Amino acid sequence: MELLALFGDFTVRTVAIGAALVGAVAGVLGSFALLRQQSLLGDTLSHAALPGICLGFLIAGSRRLEPILAGALVSGALAALLVLLLTRTTRIKTDAALGVSLSLFFAFGTVLLTYLQRHAGAAQAGLDAFLFGQAAALVPRDLVVLAVVGGGSLLVVVLGWKELKVTTFDADFARSLGRPVVLIEFVLTVLIALAVVIGLQLVGVILMVALVIAPAAAARQWARRLEGMVVLAAVFGAASGVVGALVSASFRGLSTGPVIVLVASAFVVVSLLLAPERGVVWQLVHALAQRRSLRAHRVLVDLYRLAQDHADLDYASEQGMLDAYFGGPTGHVLRRLERRGLVSRAQHMPEEGTHWVLTGDGRQQARELLTPFGERDAAVGGGTP
Amino acid sequence: MAGRALGMGGGMEPAVIGARQADGSNGSHEPAFALHVEDLTATYSGDAVLWDVDLNVPPGVLAAIVGPNGAGKSTLLKCVIGAMRPAAGHVYVFGHPYRRQRHRVAYVPQRTSVDWDFPTTALDVVTMGLYGRLGWFRVPRRRETDEALQALALVGMDAYAERQISQLSGGQQQRVFLARALVQDADLYLMDEPFAGVDATTERAIVDLLKDLRARGKTVVAVHHDLQTVATYFDWLALLNVRLIAQGPVTEVYTPEHLRAAYGPRVVLLGVGGHAPQP
Repeated sequence: MELLALFGDFTVRTVAIGAALVGAVAGVLGSFALLRQQSLLGDTLSHAALPGICLGFLIAGSRRLEPILAGALVSGALAALLVLLLTRTTRIKTDAALGVSLSLFFAFGTVLLTYLQRHAGAAQAGLDAFLFGQAAALVPRDLVVLAVVGGGSLLVVVLGWKELKVTTFDADFARSLGRPVVLIEFVLTVLIALAVVIGLQLVGVILMVALVIAPAAAARQWARRLEGMVVLAAVFGAASGVVGALVSASFRGLSTGPVIVLVASAFVVVSLLLAPERGVVWQLVHALAQRRSLRAHRVLVDLYRLAQDHADLDYASEQGMLDAYFGGPTGHVLRRLERRGLVSRAQHMPEEGTHWVLTGDGRQQARELLTPFGERDAAVGGGTP
Repeated sequence: MAGRALGMGGGMEPAVIGARQADGSNGSHEPAFALHVEDLTATYSGDAVLWDVDLNVPPGVLAAIVGPNGAGKSTLLKCVIGAMRPAAGHVYVFGHPYRRQRHRVAYVPQRTSVDWDFPTTALDVVTMGLYGRLGWFRVPRRRETDEALQALALVGMDAYAERQISQLSGGQQQRVFLARALVQDADLYLMDEPFAGVDATTERAIVDLLKDLRARGKTVVAVHHDLQTVATYFDWLALLNVRLIAQGPVTEVYTPEHLRAAYGPRVVLLGVGGHAPQP
């Protein structure tokens, strides 16, 4: 396949591996961010990284990844701290505090960036690439940094799995077990910040939150347990990274970061629609099937009642009469019941119209339907003619 | 004044200071009580929600903490388990600070305090009750799963072990929470509104469960909101409205005067001490 042949290309391979790493780590920690309803925190962390990126560049004097990531982490942490400070000491709610912090840090970062590009040679360093990400700038040495930071984060998640899980689900209960919940939540926030920071070079500060939230949101649709959700989110994230890298490499002029985010969003759309139980399509089909079986049951019971009223088990009811009882056309319902062998057409020569009679199976099923609702039926359905 | 405390009163300082005590440890404080709360004051953003509360729950009783909304009932439990730092006061569980007695306490939070859409199964939630025993890095194994399944069976939920918690009814969710507490095999059970929003079947199941716990010598302290049932479900009562109004055996505390002191003069009292409610 042509797309896979791209793996032979050195640059493409580097980008694909980096994107897979970033996507997997973002998926895992994004799952926790999503379940803790901290999606917007990820957005604030990534936007607030911009001033840190600029300061990291200023201090190091070069575009080496480590000081830039360190700077991004520090300014992200300061922004998170500002959110905490605002919510604790003022009457500002969390969402507003996140917005205030995000815009303040991002504005400051933009000012720094434009200034640096005029004066400190940041233009040559391509610092503005951090806005939307620049995959091509990724070199093998960067992969080592990503692998160490990302791998370290995942290791912490694996080792602290039980504690992260119980704290995310029920913090008060975790406290009653003596777990240092504040510390665990702090570690989790740092890990989420790290997952954001290592993706900035690839995806950029503006879109990085999508790579944190989208794989997790998609995985949530399919998973029944946290273990499954986290693994699936890692797979979705890594797949988004690889597919995005390959697609953007095979078309000229497609920026890698946004393409990765588009692929991740496609995972979300498909999952929202198709996932069993939680998917929109599944729920529609389920509702439709429910309504169908409800109609079928109603018609069966009507037939049974009519037979009872006439003290004749083989009483043949006219379809028009059934329509009247049912409150609408019953033809399609009856034909479906006929296919299932629950009713059959009866010959009733002198009268016009199709007549229907319950088969033995149909009678049996009607009786079963009536028994559990005996009381309710008597209370509600007393007024039938 | 209504601040009078009934029932267990009076401090019993250890007779011989420094001597080894019955439970083999020094510094034990009021070991005669399963739960002993001393001068507890707690505030939310400056406003007192608990004021100078002294509570003494003897072991082996089913104790209800009852009071109007905002009386500080949940806050009291949170102060006991260390989820909230009191402004002043002390808490002792079987004579020792909570942090030394965690393994003897099981806490059941309000059902609505967690997100039931969390991706996990009933069995998973109950297994969390064993995390305290497992410590930080050990993972649950066969033995833990078996214990969790047994606890689920005790609340009649074993058939739902692998069910997603989002698919359970409110009563079933509450029973899962109780199973998580049972698996902790504690001596003191702290329950926040265990009867809130549950169906009749679950309510009966919980009552049976509480009586079974008492029969096994356990102590239960439950926040309760239903004045009609408190005298039949519980045998020990603490009336709370920021301050402690009264505490003691339910037959002594559940009187019109005490209830009016806790709820105000307009409380509707049914069948309290045989008196009709005052209009």
